[in-house]
Amino acid sequence: MLVVGGGPAGIAAAVSAAQSGKRVAIADDNPALGGQIWRGETIHSDPSARAWISQLRESSVELFPGARIFDQPAPGVLNAETMDGSMVFEYGKLILATGARERFLPFPGWTLPNVMGAGALQALAKAGLPIQGKRVVVAGTGPLLLAVASYLNQRGAIVVAICEQASLATLGAFGLRLFEHPGKIAQAWGLHRELARVRLLTSAWPMAAVGNQILESVVMSVKGTQQRISCDYLACGFHLVPNTELAALVGCRLEGGFVQVDELQTTSVPNIFCAGEPAGIGGVDLALVEGQIAGLAASGHGAAAEKLRRQRAKLQSFARSLEKTFQLRPELKRLAAPETIVCRCEDVTLSQLQPHGSWRAAKLQSRCGMGPCQGRICGPATQFLLGWTPDSVRPPVLPVKLRNLTSESHQPKGELTSVM
Amino acid sequence: MPEQIAVTVNGSLVVVAPGTSVAAAMMRAGASCRTSVRGEPRGPLCGMGICFECRAEIDGILHSRSCQILCVAGMNIKTDA
Repeated sequence: MLVVGGGPAGIAAAVSAAQSGKRVAIADDNPALGGQIWRGETIHSDPSARAWISQLRESSVELFPGARIFDQPAPGVLNAETMDGSMVFEYGKLILATGARERFLPFPGWTLPNVMGAGALQALAKAGLPIQGKRVVVAGTGPLLLAVASYLNQRGAIVVAICEQASLATLGAFGLRLFEHPGKIAQAWGLHRELARVRLLTSAWPMAAVGNQILESVVMSVKGTQQRISCDYLACGFHLVPNTELAALVGCRLEGGFVQVDELQTTSVPNIFCAGEPAGIGGVDLALVEGQIAGLAASGHGAAAEKLRRQRAKLQSFARSLEKTFQLRPELKRLAAPETIVCRCEDVTLSQLQPHGSWRAAKLQSRCGMGPCQGRICGPATQFLLGWTPDSVRPPVLPVKLRNLTSESHQPKGELTSVM
Repeated sequence: MPEQIAVTVNGSLVVVAPGTSVAAAMMRAGASCRTSVRGEPRGPLCGMGICFECRAEIDGILHSRSCQILCVAGMNIKTDA
């Protein structure tokens, strides 16, 4: 049994599946397990993370960090690139726990160095970027903004403002809903105290990032008026986009941009399961429950998985209210100017895209989405700005070195092996 | 205090703590990661290996995603900026 993705969903899935005595492995892109949310010291400071990681360490699960899966040459066989070569995985059951990335929206100046994702600045800070005394504007939408601002604040950054595009009225309605989910109240309360002195602006979004070769200030629209704020970093994310490329590659049906799953997290392909954000953005708690369901179901313990259904339904209802609260407002579609770059890999501007009627036409004519990120950043942006849907996924799903693509080690072997 | 790691970014020595990513080391050195198709400097965007904006030459390997690679003593990092 192979689990792709070593975040909360993947870890919960692997630990649950390994209880059956079956052979289980986790492959993950990153050098360390934990995914985006359990990154760095969180593994030690978050009690839930600590508990799951220790269960993982005590289990028989085999770990393959730094293995990026790029192709399925035959059903049940996956090719991966590693730091120093390539690997082949063979699986009987596959659990996809590939997580999510931030949604980025283009606005003038968003390509300047030091304008980055909210989660990205947090990840870089956890990976050694000094942020003490740095002025940071956190902007975009969603609960991640508060979590990031809180973390940066704790680490000595000066969080100049948190700019949330949703209105105070929608946030207020969301606040009331929190009482239906007691666990979330403590979380929200903790963040609130942490951020008591930080300016939280609602109905606020970045109109432009300004600077000579590097970010110097941002122009924010705040309730219809413009404010210029000097800062060292703009940490800016507009909620999350699921990573569904691998699911699409292995033939799983998508619905509304998410991997379609049944009550046991089974995808449209019978031996492939999916848990966490690719099946619907819901955060760490939902990811853990879905991971357990997928792990139990995949290892033949469907009855045990059934017991988690109520818990999942409750968390899913919370996720739906999040989705509604942090819906992107239509004004954001007008942020990009004609000369604003939309595709960062190939430097394609909005005006170069507008004459085309579809993602495919734009790719063919303008090279939008043809760079190394393969449309992972500009795809969701054009979806919001222009209503386009990326229509196909082809191997390799990541740029791969030619020698790894042609490596003989990709000839299927008898069992789950590491071929280096 | 854990031992520090010394790496080279565009020929300059940068000393970082263990667990520091190459992207963070590059930013500490004040280097942008790459120059875009039309000549603009770019830095990391996603921080999680998706956007490829942080790619740099690491120990002779071109187009390495610096946000997903940890610094190792003596590592030689080159950006095209």
